[in-house]
This record gives sequence, structure tokens and C-alpha cells, in this order.
Amino acid sequence: MSALLGTSIPVGPVPGPSAAPGGGRTPAAAATHRPSEGSVHSWDLSTGVDGPGTRFVTFLSGCPLTCLYCHNPDTWRMRAGKRTSADDVLAEAAKYRRFIAVAGGGATVSGGEPLLQPVFTGELLHRMKHELGLHTALDTSGFLGARATDALLRDTDLVLLDIKSWDRDTHRRVTGRPLQPTLDFARRLADLGKEVHVRFVLVPGLTDAPANVDGVARFAAGLGNVSRVDVLPFHKLGASKWEALGKDFTLRDTPSPTPQQVESARALFAARGLTAV
Amino acid sequence: MTATPAEATASNGAWTGFKGGLWRDAVDVRDFIQQNYTPYEGDGSFLAGPTERTTAVWKAITDRFPEERAKGVYDIAHDIPSTITAHAPGWIDRDKDLIVGLQTDAPLKRAIMPYGGWRMVAGALETYGYPVSAELEKVFTEYRKTHNAGVFDAYTPEIRAARKAGVITGLPDAYGRGRIIGDYRRVALYGVDRLIEVKKEERAGLDALPAGPRSLEETIRLREELAEQMRALGELKTMAASYGYDISGPAGTGREAIQWLYFAYLAAVKEQNGAAMSLGRTSTFLDVYLQRDIEAGRLTEEQAQELVDDFIIKLRIVRFLRTPEYDELFSGDPTWVTESIAGMGEDGRPLVTRTSFRYLQTLYNLGPAPEPNMTVFWSPRLPQGFKEFCARVSIDTSSVQYESDELMRPRFGDDTAIACCVSAMPVGRQMQYFGARVNLAKTLLYAINGGRDEKSGAQVGPATGAVTADVLDYDEVLEKFDAQMEWLAGTYVHALNVIHYMHDKYAYERIEMALHDRDVRRTMACGIAGLSVAADSLSAIKHATVTVHRDETGLATDYTVDGDYPAFGNNDDRVDDIAVRLVEEFMKKVRRHPAYRNAEHTQSVLTITSNVVYGKKTGNTPDGRRAGEPFSPGANPMNGRDTHGYVTSALSVAKLPYEDAEDGISLTSTVTPDGLGRTPEERIRNLAGVLDGYMAGDGFHMNVNVLNRDVLKDAMAHPEKYPQLTIRVSGYAVNFVRLTRDQQLDVLNRTFHGSL
Repeated sequence: MSALLGTSIPVGPVPGPSAAPGGGRTPAAAATHRPSEGSVHSWDLSTGVDGPGTRFVTFLSGCPLTCLYCHNPDTWRMRAGKRTSADDVLAEAAKYRRFIAVAGGGATVSGGEPLLQPVFTGELLHRMKHELGLHTALDTSGFLGARATDALLRDTDLVLLDIKSWDRDTHRRVTGRPLQPTLDFARRLADLGKEVHVRFVLVPGLTDAPANVDGVARFAAGLGNVSRVDVLPFHKLGASKWEALGKDFTLRDTPSPTPQQVESARALFAARGLTAV
Repeated sequence: MTATPAEATASNGAWTGFKGGLWRDAVDVRDFIQQNYTPYEGDGSFLAGPTERTTAVWKAITDRFPEERAKGVYDIAHDIPSTITAHAPGWIDRDKDLIVGLQTDAPLKRAIMPYGGWRMVAGALETYGYPVSAELEKVFTEYRKTHNAGVFDAYTPEIRAARKAGVITGLPDAYGRGRIIGDYRRVALYGVDRLIEVKKEERAGLDALPAGPRSLEETIRLREELAEQMRALGELKTMAASYGYDISGPAGTGREAIQWLYFAYLAAVKEQNGAAMSLGRTSTFLDVYLQRDIEAGRLTEEQAQELVDDFIIKLRIVRFLRTPEYDELFSGDPTWVTESIAGMGEDGRPLVTRTSFRYLQTLYNLGPAPEPNMTVFWSPRLPQGFKEFCARVSIDTSSVQYESDELMRPRFGDDTAIACCVSAMPVGRQMQYFGARVNLAKTLLYAINGGRDEKSGAQVGPATGAVTADVLDYDEVLEKFDAQMEWLAGTYVHALNVIHYMHDKYAYERIEMALHDRDVRRTMACGIAGLSVAADSLSAIKHATVTVHRDETGLATDYTVDGDYPAFGNNDDRVDDIAVRLVEEFMKKVRRHPAYRNAEHTQSVLTITSNVVYGKKTGNTPDGRRAGEPFSPGANPMNGRDTHGYVTSALSVAKLPYEDAEDGISLTSTVTPDGLGRTPEERIRNLAGVLDGYMAGDGFHMNVNVLNRDVLKDAMAHPEKYPQLTIRVSGYAVNFVRLTRDQQLDVLNRTFHGSL
């Protein structure tokens, strides 16, 4: 593939998940030239679903969460992805630079969980932003937010932050992981004044309890940097992927929320002064 | 442009308040528009809904649709060969019609037009259970020769074989060629008498014996044609008079302008059963009149909209009598009453007026519909309010197509309209000889089989020597493909020359050509189908391993593909370059063969719905496609092979060079609402952005459907619930419930780009 995009940037070491919230200061950038490589599931041009406008979306492989409703369980295993250099991803994205400039949009790094590969993700965001001049978005659960360096966040114009549940037990049940790292990350983003879209998947009988929804709403509203909340109705279009992977899709019998249920959830966000769609 | 004695103003005061002079002295509608139109840069908030009258008239029509759908036709005037004046006047509702005129004496009653060919008329009458007049049969088989009879007198055995095998198909040898747009606006602006005067002068210019390049034969033919044109204009006046209108002078009001223009169009569709009977570019022209009335306090917005709605109702019920074979090719009873809207003027002002909005508003006031074929000339420079209104209408109705004003304006100027789906022509100055298309995928199989047909085994193409190796070699196949294409191009242009010679001779478009300048630019519009199948096949041969399977006669009938290959539709140059090259190569080969009447060769990458029939006629292909499987429509990538979203898919298509496909490159994109965004506002903004990006990236055409597959499935099961469900297929729109089952399934199986 084309090497027209020049050399990759040096990327420093990254704090692990144990780093303190609000920390993650970038150590001095390594001087060595180290073109990075990552595990990539796929890429796509999408409109209106992975951030504003039409976007070049890189889906990275590997996720520490195992959300019951995940519609891309084929992105869970990092080893299932394809080793791909940042140069190759950038060369592909470069084909859309002009289109995106005219149509409006940008680049999104998604997954899987992109922060499972923070160096690679950081390089993609940096180069999407500075070499291609694209608006950048990071689509994350925030669980590994501590691995995001300040430099990575400086290269991120917008964070699409999934808050799966306010109720701690429900969060653990849905994702298999605790909620706290996500909240810590959200506060760090607020301190940085980074624009955030919160995404909340509404699953009847699982995440839709008014207290649970309002908990997320109250928290998000208190941050001050959340410009929008996407209330995403649970759907089962990914069910066949679970089967293909030999995994049990336990929400098989769970219905999608009714439009009224979705509206009620949005109203809870709106009542806290948030723009919910 | 033809000069006439100057006449400063229309004698009846019809031109009061109009500016400019050039258009007064010569027939020049564009100049009139440029001097007088008022660009509108706002949004759609001024628009009016339907009046009670409009709703009642439209209901009177839609109430007849179930019967028409069930029977195939509502009624046929089976014993009157149609001419401009053959039928008594008819109305939907005599008291309520604002714009009057029908093709026959009753709505939805189809006419017979035997000049194209008697067999098709008789066949259609028999299909629908109508008597075939023995007297007319005698006239059109013994006394009066038809286009169809003429063509078959002059076809060669080679053309017949290629036609029978389906490597050249859909030729307009058994139906009217259409794709000629009369400048119907001229009748409104000048009145018929002035146009007859102009034609007289044009003809007088030919009285001297030919000097220069025009041959004696061409001169005599043109003189006869001009005589016919004048006669047709006279008949147009007579027809209008039967409705109580004198259209010898110019139209004086908005309502008259619509009426005059419609009479002219009506004359065309009374006289010709052309495959595509397109309207032109009328909204901004009519806006001048409507705007004058509104400014003078003679007309309200509601009344202006009501006139437009009534006009559009008439355009929606244009009907032609066609045979089942025709319907299989072009499904859903299309008439291609294509109306071209917007674009930018050469002076940088948008050609968007309030009436551009009013035309689109009919899709709300009357509900979605395939006709007229609303075609927006898109430019990123169009006013944002209009762009967003278009996007909204697309999202709500899937009834609009978009074509690149940026590609067309530099070539054709800003008074250009689309005939049929994607064929651009300056109105009144250019016409085309429609040439359907050849099957490139099948031609590739001919290359592998040394000119033998993969289904029949017959030697159709030249015996260039079949590929004998078990594994296909890219260079060898390409070389043999080149030879077959060379033969195909020659045979194809030859067939088209025969067809158009005979069409001019036996089924000349008198009234449409009367509304053209005398010396028109003509194009010979060739076309290719199966581009993505051919490109993917070549890509498979090049990048994967394709093994041939042959039958006992040595005919290659199947292929095994081992390994992956890049497929067209993923913005990957490794295969997109192959598709580009095929377009360039075939165009180059077509250009080598002289065309009738010195027409300029062009080609399209368009199938309409014939992609299904082409697929049926084509065996297994080296890309892994199974025999009989439909091709993708137009220039679309094959279903399911474009795996990175519709923008990526579209950008592959955008690489096809318009300069080698000036008759248009058709792309149909189907997106789910969720695939455009989460809120109505962002969907609108995003779709407008995608169109901007596509056109800025040299994309030519995008048919936009915003649909969920479930809706289509439900419509197949319960057609009665979806009488007006409209979807866009290659270059036009159809009522989904009027497609054949095969075609419905084809649409259903196409890639729906959603948010997953």
C-alpha cells in the first residue's frame, strides 16, 4: 500500500489500567521511529452512526467487556483481527479525505475496545487528525480510559462514551466488568473539557429501570461536557454472529424497546438538561 | 437558434413585464429563463398542501389503480390508431380539472400506436383480451409498413444471431425508441403560430440545392421532416381546440403556460409510444409565469401549488400499451416522464425557484409516485435550503434521483434535461438515437468459448479460438475479450444504424422534432450491461485462481474460484481500474463504426430493470456468479460484494469516466433510515452531505432509496396495503407492487446499507 502519508509519529509508553484517574501524563515521547501495527477487525464508511456525518471508521479487535447485547461479538478477540499497519489504515482513509471534507464527517476509531490497543489507537487518531485533517472521534466504553494518554485525547475531538448502566450490579451483569473506570474516565474528560456524546443502550428488563436511566442522566448532566446522549434501542440484528461464534445469545427472548419506552428514557435525559436523541 | 422577423412583444400582451430581447427575436427559451427567473434560496416553509379539489381528483384516479393493477391495463382504445387528433377529448373530472387533456377520451385508457409495429399492437391487445381489428391489421401489414417491419427487412443474419443469443438485447426494434425531448416550453412562450413560422423559414433555407456537407438525400429528408413537423404543429392546435383552447398565440398566465406546455407534451404522448417520453426542464420556466401572477396579486401560493399538483396528476397517468416482453425488460409500466430540476446557471445563480420546490412538494400532496421521474441536477453549490428539502423528500418518499450538474453543465450548458434515466441533452437542441445495451458479461464468456454461446453452444461471435487451459490466464482472456468486443461493437452499431434509419422513416417523432431546432446534434447512445460482473470476473482471473469446467463439447460452462479477489465496489483500484478500462475500451471500439446521420457515439452504463433478464440469459461467470442470477443494476457493484458501506461503493462507481460514458452512469443506493443518522434533521443533513461529497468526487448519478427491507417484504405479501410505495431502480422509479415477482426479489436481495 501507499506510503504517501509519511512517517508515523513516535508513541510513548502508556500507563496501564491501574493509573490514577486524571493522570496519564505523557512521558517524553520516545525518539525512536516505530511505525505501529494493530489488530484490525474491519473498516467502513458509515453515516450518522459512529459520530457526526460520514466517517471512516476503523474497528479494532479485542474487547475486555462481554456485553450481553453486543452486536459485534466477532470483535471481542484481539487475535481474531488482522495485523494491520497504521500506514495501511491511513492509506485507506486518505481515499476519503476529500469526500469527508465536502460531505461533513471525520474519522472514528471504534472496536472492539480501541483502548485495548492504546498505542495504535493513539497513532491512528493523531494521523487522522494531523495528516488527513479529519475530525476525530474515539468510540469507547471507557473501561480502559486510564490507558488513554493526554496526547491521545488531544488528538481526539469527540469521545463517544458508552455508559452501559448506572446500577453497579447491572453494569457488571451486562458487561462482566465494573462501572467505576468508566466514570473515572468521564470525569477526566470533563476536566479536560473534551466534548462527549454519551451512548446508552436501552434494554427492556435489563437497563431500562427509571432509576438506572436517571442515574446515568444525572451523572452525565453533572459533567458539563456532554453535548448529546444517544439512547440506542436494543436490537437483535447481531444474534446470528453469536451463533456463528458458538456463543449463547442470552437476550434472544428480550424484546426491543417500544418507541414509547425509548421516548421515556430520552425524557429522563432531557429532564436533566441533556440533548437526548 | 433561428432568426425570425422581430416582434417586440406578443400581440396579446402575454409578454407584459418580461425582460430581455434575444428570446423575443429568436426561439431561445433559455435566454427567456435567464432574463426573467427569480432564484429562490430559502427553504420549503412557504409551500402549500393539497386543496380539497386536488385530493378529490387524485382519489378519482387512485380508485382506478387496483383494477388497473389486477388487469394489467385499465382500458384500451383498441380500434383507433393514435395520432395527435385521433381521440375525442377526455377529462378526469370535467368540472374539476384545472389542466386539461388526456391521451384518449378517458383516463388510464391506453391508445394503440401501430407505426412502431403491428405485431406488438396485436400481441398486446390479445394479451389483455381486446379484439384485434381485421381492418387495421390489413392497413398496417399490407398498406402501411411499420418501423418494426422495416428493421427486420434490413437486419443481417449476424445481428439476428447476436440479438437472439442476448448478447445484444433490448433494442428498440419492436418498440418506440423514445428519449427525445421536445422543447414543450416553446409552445407556451411563443404560441404555435410563431413556431410554424419559424419552421417555414427553416425549411426555406433548404430550398436551394445542397452545398457543402449536407447530402442531397439528407436535404430531401429534412425538407420532408420539416413539412411533417409543421403539420404536427397544426394538429397540436386542433387538439387544443377540441378542449376549448386556442394556443396559436403565447400563454398569458401561469395557468395558461402550464396548459400550453402540457398540450405540447400531450401531443407527443398521443403520437409516440416511446420507451422514455421525458418532459425536459420545465419548473423554472413555469415559475416565471407563476411568479408574475403572484406578484400581480392574481394568484396565491395555494393556487400555484394546485396548478402544479393538477399538472403532475396528468403526468402521473401517462400510459402506453406494451407487450409482456417489454414489461419484462422495463418493469412496472415506466414512462420516464423525466423532469429535470435545479442545477446551477452558467452565471453562477442557482436554477432553483419556488416552482422547483412545488414540483417536489407534489410527492407530499399526492403521495409518492414513480412518475414524473423527478431528477435533481445536484451541485454542492445549490442553496442549502433546497438541498435539505430534496434530502427530506428522498428520505420520506424514495422518489427522487440525483445527477451531477457539475459534470453536465460544462458539456451541455445549463438548459439541459435528462431523457429517460441518465441521458443528458440540451433541450430542443440535441436528440439521441437510443441504443439499449450489450451484455459485457456474456461477451466475456464468448471470449473464453471462442465466440460460442455458453448456453446454446451456437457460434455467435467470431471464432477466435477458445481458451483451452484449465486455469484461466488473465492476459489470454483479456486478449480474446478484446477481439470479441471488437466484433460486438461493430455488430451493435450496425444494428442501431438500421433501427434508427427505419424509425426516422416509419415512426418519425413529428411533434417532438417540431419542438427542436432544425439542425440538432444527434448522439448514438450505446450502452453496456454487466460491467461489474465482467470486472469482477477479470479480477478473479487476475487475483485468484479460476478453473474452467467444460461440457462434453468443450464448452466452458462453469468456473471454480480459489482464493479471494478484490471486487468492484470497495474503492479498490486493483479491480476498479479494470472496470474503468472496460468502459474506455468499449467506447473506443464503438467510435470506430460510423453512425447513421453522423450521430456522435456515446454510451451508458445503465440497465433499467433489464439486469434481471440479462442475468437469466447469461451462464455461470468466472466471478462465481451462478447462471441465471441477476446482474447488478446499472453500474452498481454486485450485491453483497461491496462490504464497506454505500459511500465506498459509490466511490468505485464514481471512477468510471463520464467522458467515455456521456449517456450516463447509473448507481442505485439503498440505505436504511438508520444508516443516515438518528434524528430526522441529521439524516437530512447527512444525505445532503453524501450527495455533495459524491458529486464533488465526480460521481454522476445516484438513485437514493431510504427503506427498510421489512417494508418491502410486507409489500410483497400485502400489495394492497402499499399502492403508492415507490422505490428507485436503475434510473427510474417504480411502484414496488407493480414489479414482477423476480424483480421484487431482485430488489429485496440488493444490499441495504444500514447501521450494522
